[in-house]
Amino acid sequence: MTIPPVPYAIDPDNAATVSAEEQQFNDLIAADSRIEPRDWMPDGYRKTLIRQISQHAHSEIIGMQPEGNWITRAPSLKRKAILLAKVQDEAGHGLYLYSAAQTLGISRDLMTEQLIAGKARYSSIFNYPSPTWADMGAIGWLVDGAAICNQVPLCRASYGPYGRAMVRICKEESFHQRQGFEILLELMNGTPAQREMAQDSVNRWYWPALQMFGPPDDDSPNSAQSMAWNIKRFSNDDLRQRFVGMLVPQAEVLGVTLPDPDLRWNEEKGAYDMGEIDWTEFHEVLAGRGPANARRLQRRRDAHDEGQWVREAAAAYAAKQAVKAVA
Amino acid sequence: MSDTIEQDAHGHVDTIQLSAELVEAASVASHDVAEYALWLGDDSLVLAQNLGWWISRAPELEEDIALGNIALDLIGHARSLLHYAGAESGRTEDDLAYWRDEPQWRSAHLFEQPNGDFAHTIARQFIAAHYLFELYSALMQSTDATLAAIAAKAVKEVDYHRDHSIQWVLRLALGTEESRRRMITGLSDLWPFVEELFVDEPLIDRLEGAAVRPSSLRGAVEAAMFPVLAEAELDVPRGFISSGGGRRGDHSENLGPMLAELQVLARAHPGAKW
Repeated sequence: MTIPPVPYAIDPDNAATVSAEEQQFNDLIAADSRIEPRDWMPDGYRKTLIRQISQHAHSEIIGMQPEGNWITRAPSLKRKAILLAKVQDEAGHGLYLYSAAQTLGISRDLMTEQLIAGKARYSSIFNYPSPTWADMGAIGWLVDGAAICNQVPLCRASYGPYGRAMVRICKEESFHQRQGFEILLELMNGTPAQREMAQDSVNRWYWPALQMFGPPDDDSPNSAQSMAWNIKRFSNDDLRQRFVGMLVPQAEVLGVTLPDPDLRWNEEKGAYDMGEIDWTEFHEVLAGRGPANARRLQRRRDAHDEGQWVREAAAAYAAKQAVKAVA
Repeated sequence: MSDTIEQDAHGHVDTIQLSAELVEAASVASHDVAEYALWLGDDSLVLAQNLGWWISRAPELEEDIALGNIALDLIGHARSLLHYAGAESGRTEDDLAYWRDEPQWRSAHLFEQPNGDFAHTIARQFIAAHYLFELYSALMQSTDATLAAIAAKAVKEVDYHRDHSIQWVLRLALGTEESRRRMITGLSDLWPFVEELFVDEPLIDRLEGAAVRPSSLRGAVEAAMFPVLAEAELDVPRGFISSGGGRRGDHSENLGPMLAELQVLARAHPGAKW
């Protein structure tokens, strides 16, 4: 895999203005070592990480909804248990990631406020609805599959708490992807109605899953700096290519058709050619005009508002207990 | 497909699969034992179905996880119990969960009560977990080896559920004025359904030694709950007592809509595997 040339984190011509602590940061990055919460770091590095980690955390939390939608209707008790465990894992991932972001000096309350005020982003994919059971399969196989491709390199992200959170998350995500694949496999081995349900779902999730890797490299303004800081390791297009290469043989095992008529092996390139991604749709959904944006945020806001009295009670009780302990 | 999903990194896997030793150890239950296992399995499944709604709606992230965990434990208990209950008539856990109509369910009304606000859910959890803890503690001595084994596994998990509910009863009752008001309302709305848990149906007379006599649990359940209520400065509610009837197939109005949702997909595809 080729990595495009990246700019230096600092301008070497201005090296004289570099402070000792900044030099230490640059040395750690150059040595591919980890930056820890107490280390000095440039504001841009801190802001980039806060944005990325909190967006990731929000994605886990909002991502609970499309699957949570099917917990009460799961068609067997085993599937119900697995789905419940999976959605619960996502809440756990949200927690680790909020904690990792907190080490950079932002509070969970503030991140939550940003989310429910609609000021923070989360992965656009969760603004699509999950109308059928097969969506539990396609979300696991395609959405979690894309997430794994994105996230495995993040285990080596230069910021320690983020990289370590990602190690744990990736282990669980691989379980999630496998259960999604299994759901689709069972459907594809099932009745004609089940097979139709599975193919329809793959048709709906395939392109949005490819969009999860972000805009093409020549239209991804923050990528180069993130790569220079060893936060990002591979470009959006490289990861997307890797993902498609992984999907094609799995689709064959499943017997589903990937909905891209231009998808074919390119011997010369040693990789798949694929059709054009509809970036207009991507930007529309990102701008809040997707099928379920309002619904997803409203659910989050309702849970937050309706839970206010519970959080207040817990805080008041803890304060009273603390007074008692002192007395 | 195998009924087992192996994944070391995943903490919940043991609750997802039926415990192998239970499946193998299970002799086929007699008709009466099967009916009793249905009582217990239905209670857990109905409660889990209610609790599953909270995920992505809880007051804080930690509670999404905690309530999800409790629901997951309860589904595990329900699966073991329904698996055992069904063997006698050649039915699977899913046959029982998805293809019985309301009058064939055996859940007690407490478990069927709606989630309400968080205080109602906690009140229901408080009563349910105390009851289940004493039930499974006693059932570990059952002459029926399968029921005893299921109880031994379940009691440890239900002990945690009990602790979770106690912490919240204290926080809500002693937190703010509003939380106290809601906790009192929740407790008094759920209390009418306590009585049914201690009713001895004729089935129990035929299962001496194998089943736990419900009336025998009252002392221990009350002895565990009342001091918590006292610490929370809550009175034991007095007033309505629901006549119950769940063990005979007479249910609250909540069960029908719940089953409609639980069963809708499975019933739309008779004979399908998932």
